[in-house]
Amino acid sequence: MTQLPALPAHLEIENITIAYNGTPILRDVSFRIPHGTRVAVVGPNGAGKSTLFKALVGLLPLRAGRVLVHGLPLGHHLDCVAYVPQREEVDWHFPVTVADVVMMGRYGQLGWLRRPGKRDHAAVARALEQMNIASLGHQPIGELSGGQQQRVFLARALAQEPHVLLMDEPFTGVDVTTQDATLELLDQLRAQNVTVMVSTHDLNLAATRFDQVLLLNRRVVAFGLPKTVFTTENVSEAFGTRVMYLNGVAVVDDCCPHDELLGI
Amino acid sequence: MEWLTDPLTYSFMQRGMAASVIVGVLCAVIGCYVVLRGMAFLGDAMAHAILPGIAIAYLLKGDLLIGALIAAIIVALAIGFLSRQGTIKEDTAIGILFAGALAFGVALISTIKTYAVDLSHILFGNVLGVSENDLLMTAALAVLVLATIVALFKEFLVVSFDPVLAATIRLPAERLRMLLLILLALTVVVSLQTVGVGLVAAMLVTPAATAYLLTRRLAPMMFTSAAIGAFSSIAGLYASFYINVASGAAVVLIATLIFLIAFLFAPARGVVWQFIRAHRRIRA
Repeated sequence: MTQLPALPAHLEIENITIAYNGTPILRDVSFRIPHGTRVAVVGPNGAGKSTLFKALVGLLPLRAGRVLVHGLPLGHHLDCVAYVPQREEVDWHFPVTVADVVMMGRYGQLGWLRRPGKRDHAAVARALEQMNIASLGHQPIGELSGGQQQRVFLARALAQEPHVLLMDEPFTGVDVTTQDATLELLDQLRAQNVTVMVSTHDLNLAATRFDQVLLLNRRVVAFGLPKTVFTTENVSEAFGTRVMYLNGVAVVDDCCPHDELLGI
Repeated sequence: MEWLTDPLTYSFMQRGMAASVIVGVLCAVIGCYVVLRGMAFLGDAMAHAILPGIAIAYLLKGDLLIGALIAAIIVALAIGFLSRQGTIKEDTAIGILFAGALAFGVALISTIKTYAVDLSHILFGNVLGVSENDLLMTAALAVLVLATIVALFKEFLVVSFDPVLAATIRLPAERLRMLLLILLALTVVVSLQTVGVGLVAAMLVTPAATAYLLTRRLAPMMFTSAAIGAFSSIAGLYASFYINVASGAAVVLIATLIFLIAFLFAPARGVVWQFIRAHRRIRA
């Protein structure tokens, strides 16, 4: 693992506290991510991973602290941050096609009262191509497999042309092809200097495929290079009694969503 | 063909027909959002809750439509406000507001001497009593509502389908929701004259639910729904002309019949095909 160059931080989180229905979920979270970095967000269920992402897209208000993108407060640039939701959060019975969903990624740049133009259609076609779902453009989203559904939302994030991309559990309950496609996408985004944050239960992926790891449990337990974060001490602190050591390998008994067990 | 043209020789039938078609289309289009966002109960509640506005307008000898309009906007804002607080569940808030307002409306109307006739017109509509003025007002409001839905098509789509994306691209989700409630309120008001308080909910939900079974994208769903709404209105009025049943009820019954046919026989999603497929699989 090479040391990251000291680029100016492009995503800065300063002492943020986020509450949900009055109860603080995350307290006093601070970290800085240089641009183009891939960060894995790891922690037990209920650690506040999704909450952090929702605050970063502006869906949950900050109780304290601030979020700076390119040194400017959140909301200053319209399309800076894109978010790929967990599959359970989407209404799959809604009457929209794959191309419709991907086109929604362009809405932010389009603004009020404007219809999609040539550039937008080209961006959608490119994103579909890149995620290998060009042939599914006219399919209703409800008729797709789990992996295809995931790729639709990845394509939408691409069409958004974001500077910061947040993905909530993209490796949960998807087939190997989709997992590979997602990892491949991470490589491409790195070439485009897009900062990516991915929440995952897969500690192995987090340790091997990401530049930095953010270990969360209602606060920042550790943040930095995978080898400095994944110490026995930090992992036990984040996961508590749900961690066990076998021949020096940490095994986390973290209850995952049911379909992750099924794999496919 | 004379049986088709005969009713239209009466000018009150022409006006009634025009008003019915406008209302049928309007309810069907906004009904798509009602169905997709699960606002059916809200639409019904709103229809009942504007009764006091009508009663007050009647007592003050003002325009009933204006009274309904004011009441509808107040109710839309009140429901939006109550359900945002999160102290009581949304359907509970709607239930309380709706029952209270309905009782208040009935109490007011019961003080009016000729109340039985007037109340039945409000509850079930009086499409043959549509005046020139009513028709103009109906058309104007319908154009306003439909134009808003067309202009904000992509915004309403995102807010309904993916609130998280809406927040990401900084759409004012709360304001758009309020606007949708107000559009719904205007629609309900416009519908009073033709189908009445009691049956508005059916016109909001039934054509849209039918269209949902037949289409796979929002815009075609809206067009299909509008066509079903318009057809039900026309067919319902003819039925009421020839077999002498209440027009609002006839319109709703025809829309319901179309829904049942779609529910059973819609390509791919119809119950009958699903049954046949399941049966074949068992035998195979």
